[in-house]
Amino acid sequence: MSSVSVFGLCAAAAVGLGLYGLITNPQSLRKILAFNLLGSGVFLLFGIVGRRGAAAGVGNDPVPQALVITGVVVAFSATAMAIALLLRLFHTSGSTTLGSRAPTSSRSDAPGG
Amino acid sequence: MMATPSALATTTADLLLVLLIVVPVAGVLLAFALGDRYVRRVAFTVIPVGLAISGGVLLALPQNDGHLVYLLGAWPPPLGVALRADGLSAVMLAATAIVVCAVAIFAAADFRLAAGYGRAPFAFWILLLAVWAALNTIFVGGDLFTLYVALELLTFAAVPLVSLEGRAETLQAALRYLLFALVGSVLYLMGTALLYGLYGTLDIVLLSHRVSAEPGALIAAALMTTGLLAKTALFPLHLWLPPAHAGAPAAASAILSGLVVKGSFFILLRVWFNVLPGVPGFAAAQFLAALGAGAIVVGSIVALRQQRLKLLVAYSTMAQIGYLFLLFPLALDASGRLETGQALAGGLIQAISHAAAKAAMFLAVGSIYAGLGHDRITGIRGAARALPLSVMTFGLAGFALMGIQPSGASLAKELLLQETARTGQWWWAGVLQVGGMFTAAYVVLVLAHALSPSDQPVALVAKPPRGSGLAALALALCSLLLGLLPWEPYLPITYTVESKLFGDEALVKFLVTVFGGAALAILLSPWPHPLAFSAAGKTIMQLIAPLRRTCIGLGSLVETGDGVLRQWSTASISLLLVALLLAALMFAAN
Amino acid sequence: MSIATVFEIALAAVVLGLAIWTIAVPETYSATVGFVAYGLLVALIWVRLDAVDVALTEAAIGGGLGGVVLLGAAARLRDAEATAAERPDRSTRLIAAILSASIAAALAFAILILPDYAPTLAPAVVANAGATGMANPVTNVLMAFRGLDTMLEKVVLLLAVVGVWSLASDRAWGGRPGPRHEADPNGVLAFLARLLPPAGIVVGIYMLWTGADHPGGAFQGGAVLASMWLLVIMAGLADTPPVSSRWLRFILVAGPCLFLVVGLGGLCFGAAFLAYPVAFAKPLILGIEVAMILTIAATLALLLAGAPERNT
Repeated sequence: MSSVSVFGLCAAAAVGLGLYGLITNPQSLRKILAFNLLGSGVFLLFGIVGRRGAAAGVGNDPVPQALVITGVVVAFSATAMAIALLLRLFHTSGSTTLGSRAPTSSRSDAPGG
Repeated sequence: MMATPSALATTTADLLLVLLIVVPVAGVLLAFALGDRYVRRVAFTVIPVGLAISGGVLLALPQNDGHLVYLLGAWPPPLGVALRADGLSAVMLAATAIVVCAVAIFAAADFRLAAGYGRAPFAFWILLLAVWAALNTIFVGGDLFTLYVALELLTFAAVPLVSLEGRAETLQAALRYLLFALVGSVLYLMGTALLYGLYGTLDIVLLSHRVSAEPGALIAAALMTTGLLAKTALFPLHLWLPPAHAGAPAAASAILSGLVVKGSFFILLRVWFNVLPGVPGFAAAQFLAALGAGAIVVGSIVALRQQRLKLLVAYSTMAQIGYLFLLFPLALDASGRLETGQALAGGLIQAISHAAAKAAMFLAVGSIYAGLGHDRITGIRGAARALPLSVMTFGLAGFALMGIQPSGASLAKELLLQETARTGQWWWAGVLQVGGMFTAAYVVLVLAHALSPSDQPVALVAKPPRGSGLAALALALCSLLLGLLPWEPYLPITYTVESKLFGDEALVKFLVTVFGGAALAILLSPWPHPLAFSAAGKTIMQLIAPLRRTCIGLGSLVETGDGVLRQWSTASISLLLVALLLAALMFAAN
Repeated sequence: MSIATVFEIALAAVVLGLAIWTIAVPETYSATVGFVAYGLLVALIWVRLDAVDVALTEAAIGGGLGGVVLLGAAARLRDAEATAAERPDRSTRLIAAILSASIAAALAFAILILPDYAPTLAPAVVANAGATGMANPVTNVLMAFRGLDTMLEKVVLLLAVVGVWSLASDRAWGGRPGPRHEADPNGVLAFLARLLPPAGIVVGIYMLWTGADHPGGAFQGGAVLASMWLLVIMAGLADTPPVSSRWLRFILVAGPCLFLVVGLGGLCFGAAFLAYPVAFAKPLILGIEVAMILTIAATLALLLAGAPERNT
């Protein structure tokens, strides 16, 4: 088995595990963890594609590598923003889960309603 | 998008594509650096410039054979990234610019620097410019990964808009939105990775020459489509939309509902029509439209059962998004290939019409909320007298949405109906008609409450500024008059549409839609209406009481079902199911 | 089976084991620790895939700083665990497992049937390296061939900062992010915070400099600088700057601003927007990267610090 196949299956499994965790875990923080797992699986997918495209003395096609670097940064920003939202939610309401109810009450001094 | 990439001589017009992105991005950076006191001033400097650039594209396009191309860094694809504009981009750019302008004028009073509280204005104006930069990039991006980055930019700008007020439930809505949108973008990214592995490029034009209906491409198409559906909140993946759109401040809701969901929808159009028109096939297109039909029915019924005006409008967005997906099966040619034709034109006009009308609607509702201090539908009696401008705006936007001539929605409906006849898919004609009637239902419901006289004089909590009201009214009028514009230079409209403004036929259509809507509103809305207590009203209500009970029972069943579908685990299971079903249908077609 | 293959299979197995641990372990904090370990081992996979630039990024940002954010949140949310909603019932979990496995299987299938002839842009990247005068192909793609993506991604980072800051309460607006850290001035943390930063700054700058020709670059260097700054803050030797601070705002936009200006310069003096005149390509790109490393370091550190909380 080539390294591409080994890590390819690993990437697919990470994606599957990430999806499962996202669906079934009630804690928002665990969902964020699962999202990161899912993301790393997808990035590995790019890595495999790049590895297959090794040529001209470069061991891994630099274009997918660059795409992954951009993707990692975006995923990190997303994680940081999600965590900030989660901490603020916990601070405001003491809850850390994603209830499905639509907003019912509202503050009257809100700008523009 | 059809032009092959070549080292075409760059003209000044092509340069506009760069400015479309650079100007709002520069605005974001400048506003951030200068800080609270200058953000609004920066925004109001950038917005007219951006409007002029979008207008410039609109003017330049017909003189350049309908295509503008710019190679960034002078590197041709596949190594470099190209920006391209075609007719679709041009009209979306213009529509976005106009909506952004109107919303900015509306928000000028709400988001000014009030004694020490700089947070909300700082965030709002920067995010507004960022949404614009992201959308412009989406409309002219020629590379699937650039579109991914733009899509993320859009999400990062949209999520904080949801939680601008900082209440617990808006924080929760923002978090749900962010997480679900992230799953959507990851699915999209998976598809792009597979496409790169198969074809060695992510450039849209190059891909369109290389893609064939092989298994890897089918899986990529299914994953990308599903990811974009999640971001567009197509039923049953709409869990995040109602709380997010209803919880934001009015100006932010207008941007989120009118513009942001169109970004991922536009990328979906690019993927289906430009990247792989031959891949999805008949069954997958029917499936998307069926989900759209589901969105129309469920969204409209649940909208009619809302107590709050903002939630009603948010559910109406969910239904209208469904309407947009009816274009997919109608664009198929005899061999099951998607054709860039009249169905696409109709769908895009519908999207633009909805952008203007829905933004106007949210702004009007925001003014009603600010004026009355609440937005309970049963409590807005007398609003028409107290807040005539806002109620009129709501009504005009509502008429535009339900497809009264000469609105954009009526033109779109006409074009799509012609396509149902041409392709022999009569069942979608029925959905199109019912969709208009459902829209009429919730508009009539709100107007009936707002227009009915109040027993005691309505006390206004605050008087909405006139400039804000006029900006919203202008948007509603735009949507209502869209059908009169010359679309032919930009969109593939082949048939001549006879739009008789005041003919008998138009009148009959108007009456059928309005009365059908009124009947639906009476049957499906559980709220008592003051007119029902008059003598004639009582008799009618007694006559239809059993039917109404059944309908309301059915409606409550639909609402319960919607509640189940909007739970996180159900929605994410639906997401995976949609992906697998799409893949299966595409495999079956090929 | 060669030794290399055995090693790769073992590595993949450990990574998957950690992934399962992250998803399945009941306690959130343990799961987070598992994820950080996972991130570091994934960096090893990237080395095996001959993508050292990505490995450095993944270790520094994905595993390192991402791990810090997640661990910090897990620690602060420990009390919340008791109030959590129940797990979905067994049938929901079963359906979720089947569907996730199907998606994973479809993906694995798609990977395994990729054509034997793999399309690649590596030769094109190498052939055009002369245009920038830099030998690291990944830096060339990021800074030259796909410059727009890189610039927009900087705006994404900035928007994340705006998003995080927008969560402040109105009263705390303009104040300093995060809690004030008071550490023992003679403790281990303070000792490390005095000892490590000089070396860390050198390493960060070296990573930037070497990124021109070897693996490395502004991101990886920026992440190192950010962690040094955070160390100093956590040791109580310095405080986070108030978000209204003019110089802070300036640093946060410096990287993308310079990128934009140089890009527009390409319009006047070069071939196109984001094109570098060949003679000045390398100094221009390095200049952008220097501005970028400061921006990235400040952005990453502030994303970790969170929303403004204190107005003193």
